[in-house]
Amino acid sequence: MKYWVIGLALAGALALPACVTINIYFPAAAAEKAADKIIDEVWQLKQEQQGTTSSPAESTATTPAP
Amino acid sequence: MKKLLLTSLMGVVMFISSAGLLQAAADLEANTPAIAAIKTSMQTRHAQMQTFYASGAIGLTQDGFIAVKDASAVPLSQRGGLAGLVKDENSDRARLYKEIAAANGHPEWQGEIQSTFAGRWIDKAQAGWFYQRDGAWLKK
Repeated sequence: MKYWVIGLALAGALALPACVTINIYFPAAAAEKAADKIIDEVWQLKQEQQGTTSSPAESTATTPAP
Repeated sequence: MKKLLLTSLMGVVMFISSAGLLQAAADLEANTPAIAAIKTSMQTRHAQMQTFYASGAIGLTQDGFIAVKDASAVPLSQRGGLAGLVKDENSDRARLYKEIAAANGHPEWQGEIQSTFAGRWIDKAQAGWFYQRDGAWLKK
């Protein structure tokens, strides 16, 4: 029983700094996600999901209406 | 003994919740006004550059930038403009990588962000566009 508690405390003590270390290192997966999002926007890929990207063209086309 | 058990249990709970917090913070900040401005500038420029990518006049480099690959694919009258576009695009890209690193409080991440982008630009490039690998131009 006592060993179990000590073991748990030790595991916790070891795991916590490891977690902090991960946060200091470069988050590669998050960076890829951010890059994908930016590239999609800059190159206007996946336009069906972003109605806003086509709006400037539409607004110039509809100006002579009234 | 019981108290010790309770404390260690609390420790475990705290550890799990802190892990959850880190998970939530795992997204990179990429929505600052500076980054948005760079994106808009690049988006506008891309409309002009799309034909140059398609004709092979320009291509994606291995380090996350673009370069003139074959200026002769562009009419003589447009070549000056092409060089300007490439220069402006590359300075926007350099600023983008720098701004993302800065926005996340880790300026030293700039190089890694740049190499992440380098791979993703090429992965997302359209078929027929050119990209550089080990100094050679390859067609997607």
